[in-house]
Parts: sequence; C-alpha cells; structure tokens
Amino acid sequence: MSLIRKILDLFSKRSKASTGGGEKAIAKQLKQGKWTARDRITYLLDDGSFREYDLFVEHKCHDFGMDKKQLPGDGVVTGIGKISGHPICIYAQDFTVAGGSLGLAHARKITKIMDHALKLGVPLIGINDSGGARIQEGVNALAGYGEIFFRNTNASGVIPQISVILGPCAGGAVYSPALTDFVFVVEKVSKMFITGPEVIKTVLGEEISMEELGGARVQAEVTGNAHFYAETEEECFQQINRLVSFIPWNNRKKATPFPTKEPDAKYKIADVFPELATKPYDVRDVIRCLVDDSDFLDVQSAWAANIVTGFGRMSGQTVGFVANQPLVLAGVLDVDSSDKAARFIRFCDAFSIPLITLEDLPGYLPGADQEHAGVIRHGAKVLYAYSEATVPKLTVIMRKAYGGGYIAMCSRHLGADFVFAWPSAEIAVMGPLGAANIIFRREIAEAEDPEAMRQEKVDEYTEKFANPYVAAAAGYVDAVISPEETRDFLLHALEASSHKTEQRPEKKHGIPPF
Amino acid sequence: MSDKTKSHKLIIDDEVYETRLTEKYKKRKPWVPVNPRRILAVIPGVIIEVSAKEGRSVKRGDSLLVVEAMKMKNDIFAPLDAKIGKVHVQVGDITKKSQLLIELV
Repeated sequence: MSLIRKILDLFSKRSKASTGGGEKAIAKQLKQGKWTARDRITYLLDDGSFREYDLFVEHKCHDFGMDKKQLPGDGVVTGIGKISGHPICIYAQDFTVAGGSLGLAHARKITKIMDHALKLGVPLIGINDSGGARIQEGVNALAGYGEIFFRNTNASGVIPQISVILGPCAGGAVYSPALTDFVFVVEKVSKMFITGPEVIKTVLGEEISMEELGGARVQAEVTGNAHFYAETEEECFQQINRLVSFIPWNNRKKATPFPTKEPDAKYKIADVFPELATKPYDVRDVIRCLVDDSDFLDVQSAWAANIVTGFGRMSGQTVGFVANQPLVLAGVLDVDSSDKAARFIRFCDAFSIPLITLEDLPGYLPGADQEHAGVIRHGAKVLYAYSEATVPKLTVIMRKAYGGGYIAMCSRHLGADFVFAWPSAEIAVMGPLGAANIIFRREIAEAEDPEAMRQEKVDEYTEKFANPYVAAAAGYVDAVISPEETRDFLLHALEASSHKTEQRPEKKHGIPPF
Repeated sequence: MSDKTKSHKLIIDDEVYETRLTEKYKKRKPWVPVNPRRILAVIPGVIIEVSAKEGRSVKRGDSLLVVEAMKMKNDIFAPLDAKIGKVHVQVGDITKKSQLLIELV
C-alpha cells in the first residue's frame, strides 16, 4: 500500500471510530436531550484545541460474545485541549457505545489521561454518562473503577478535578465524582445514586423515581454531592469555564490574575447590611460590595445555604469566601454547613487561595436531630480545616460572633492572620438576652418588675460585651474598622501576606474528623 | 412572597431571629423517646416466624419473631421481661420500617 493510501486508510478508520455507536445510537442520545461525548468536549473547550488520544483502543474481553463486539474507543473519548488558552486533560464517556459501560480498556483510557493530567500539572475534567460496570468483564470492570478512585485520591490537592454528570452515574461509578473537587449536574440529564429505584422498591417497598432519588436538583439541594446546577448542558459548560477562570492549574501555581476592577458602585454596604442583630440580609451582597467588579461565584449555592462559599477576586487575585448567611437559618453552623465550609476551606488551602471569612452567626443549630446527626463530629471539621490552613486567613466580624461559632469562624485563636471587626460586632459567649437570662436569673425572678429588670440586665450586658472593643483590647481583633473601609483593609492585608509562609509539624498526614 | 422566601422566626439562646428556613429544617422529625414496650421494625422485611403469643410472659432475650430482610433472617428479641400484649403481625406479612410489630405490657 502506498503512503497516500495508508493515510487515506487512517482517515477512514479515524472517521469510523469517531462516530461512536453509529447513527442510530447517536439519534437515540439526542432524543434523550443529551449531547454526544465529542460535541460536549468541543463546546466546552477552546475552538479547535482538542486532540483525541487512544481512539483505537480495544477491549480484550472474550466472554459472553464480547469477542465479536467492536466497541469504538471502548466507549470513552479521551484527550487534551485548552480552556482560556491553558491545557487541560479531559475524558467523556460515550453512551452511544455499549451504553458507555466501563470495562478494563475503557477504565485504562481514563487512568492514562488522569496520569497525564497529574504529570502535566493541569486540571482534569471527567464527563460521566455511563450505564455502569460492563458486566461481561466481571472483576476487571471493578478493577477499572478502583484504579480510577486511587488516582482521584492521588491527584486530590495537586490538580483541580472536575466531574460533570451528563447521564446516569450509578453504583460504584458515583465514587469518582465524589472524590473530585467540583461536581456539575444538569436538570433532567444527571442521575446519580448507589442503588437505583428498582432495588429500593424490592428491598424497602418504597417507590421513588430516578429523578426524585438522584436527579440534578436532589444532588444540588438535598445531598450536597453537586456543586453547580444548570438547566441545560450549554449552561453547564459555561459554568465550568467560569469556575476554571478562578482556580489555579495546579498546587504550585496561582490562578491567572485578572485586571483589578473596583466593585460595582450600586453595591454599598450601608444599603445591604442592617444593624439590628436579629434582622436578615443576603451576605452575598456584602461580598459583592467587596470583590472586584462585584463578581462572585457561589459554590454549592443551593445546599446548606446557611453558609456561603465561593470565589471572587481582590486586586485581580482569586480569593475564597466563607460567610455565614443570616438570610437562611439565621446563618447558624450545623451538620451540612460545617461539611460545606470545611471542604471548601481545604480546597482553597490546597491550591494557595487566600481565605476571607465574613462572620455573623448566632452559634450552632439546636436540636436532637442535629446532635444525633453528629454536629460535634461535623462541626469539628471546620475547626480542623481552618486550623490546618496555612494560606493567608482574613476574618471580618460584621455582627454576631457568639460562643463556639466565634471560635470556629477563623478566629485569631485558629490562626487567622488578620481579624477585623465592624463597630456593629458583638463578640460574646451568647446574645445579650440569653446571657442576661442566665447570669441574672435570680435577680430577674425576684424583681418586682421582672421585665424591667431583664431589660436593664440585657442593656448592661450589651453595653459591656456586645461590642468589638473587649476583643480588640485583648488583641484578638487587630482593628475595628468601618464597613466602608473593609475592602481597603482586606486589600492591604492580602498584599501584606502575599509572601506568607507558615510551617506545621512534620507528619505523614493529619487525621481530620471525616 | 413564595414560601421559600417567606420570613420565619428562629430562636437561639432566647434571641428571636428573622430568617428563612431550609426544607431540611422544616422536615426534621421532633425527638420522641424510645418506648421499649413497643417493638418496631428496624428494617423493612417479611415476617417468617412468630413465636410471641398474646398473654404469655417472656424473659429478656427471648425470641419474639423472625423477620427476613436483605436475605438475612433476623431474630427479634424481647428487650425486657414482660407480658406479650398485642401481636400486630402474622407470618407472611411484609412490614415497613418503624411499623409496630408487637406491644409488651
């Protein structure tokens, strides 16, 4: 065969393999409202940047008629492309080929691109759309999953890992996304669960649809497995691009800086922040008063909304925000919000993203359900994550900083580098009313006019403790600042800590209260 | 205002906060003390044996019935010395989680 014939032959082979499961299977995929694996990659990445590898990989399974089955690409597309001009590694399971089922060759393509990502120091994006383990391959399919999980764990904290759930992702398969840093879901497309509706019906007699059990909304609002929810695949890919603009390529790099932009003039702290400690407000509006261009990316916005976690930029550099949200459950810490905050703090610390904590919380959520769900164990994760973090840690106490909540929200005592407090800050063991009711129980009970006495004692306690100056006198607060000065103080503190290094005792690893 | 954005009151340390509640918070189950004389199903399953007889005395640890669940046969034992009050299930019944099986007196 002449070279020209060989080249033509290559093109024809490539074109055949690139059609995946063929026209019929593709039509079925589209009918389900889903995009094909290659279309997804093309839309997500920079135009013309994607190069596919391992297109001709074949499985070696001979059982159950598999020897007669040709599976193009073995049901997964892998390769390297770019986002915003920077290289990233990607794989997308191809549901049109044997339902995107995972066999050993399929898994080895994934682990190969994962190994690449780790060596090249670039993010890994995995698009999941698979019926699960290729049963004909038996234990080899399970081996495949295990090898992926092992690499997810190895890469954790070294390169950012992003999972996109664009189809079923069930059984053992769910644990790869669960080990990664950010999970994206799309309405009506994503389905994630360990055991499906059929098994639940058989074992428990409970009838539940796939959507109700593990659909996009459930993952974004109820379980906290997902970080970003989108109505369409298109919106999802735009969200990924936006997230990626905030994060560094690996743990030795900083995120690409942006030009500094002042916050939008329409955001003023005086307009969004009520002084009275029991009044709600949306803390995300306070963040928008502080960050460049008022541009804030809310991470896990719909789950445990009593705490806000997300990214913004200060002077062009990415920072991570953790903020109590008085709008929801008065901004308390509880089981879920503790988990959410702790995970986010650890991501920021692993990738050298400075942390800014905005504090306004009445304490922990009371209730037998919380205690029995392990609020002690979960709450401890926040203490652990903040104490362990060595990135610049800046704290702004806006209003309430009561009790254990005060300590937990990146207090000086957990190693905050800068602690600022607004004049409205109340740093105390509890609110004035609760404190007066305990300390002056007898005086109030024995008074001729108990209500007047209670008010007197509340005022006394407020005067004495419900302010930032006791903590400032002890040096626990570095500066009491007016809300309008906050951005300036934060910019100054970030600049001052740009060369920060902090050593921890040498150890193999700590033992966080998982 | 939709229910999702409606302002509720949340009391923490006597202080009343205006705020929104989460679905999870609204759906939480209030704590009820465990009554050892009410034997409830801990797992859904099928009753395959009932040895408890109404009116008969049992000692702590005596088997009351056997529930098959998740392919395992589980003996349900009396948690204390008592007399059998009412038996609410019979062999072949499919029980739900937390369903009342037997009352002791």
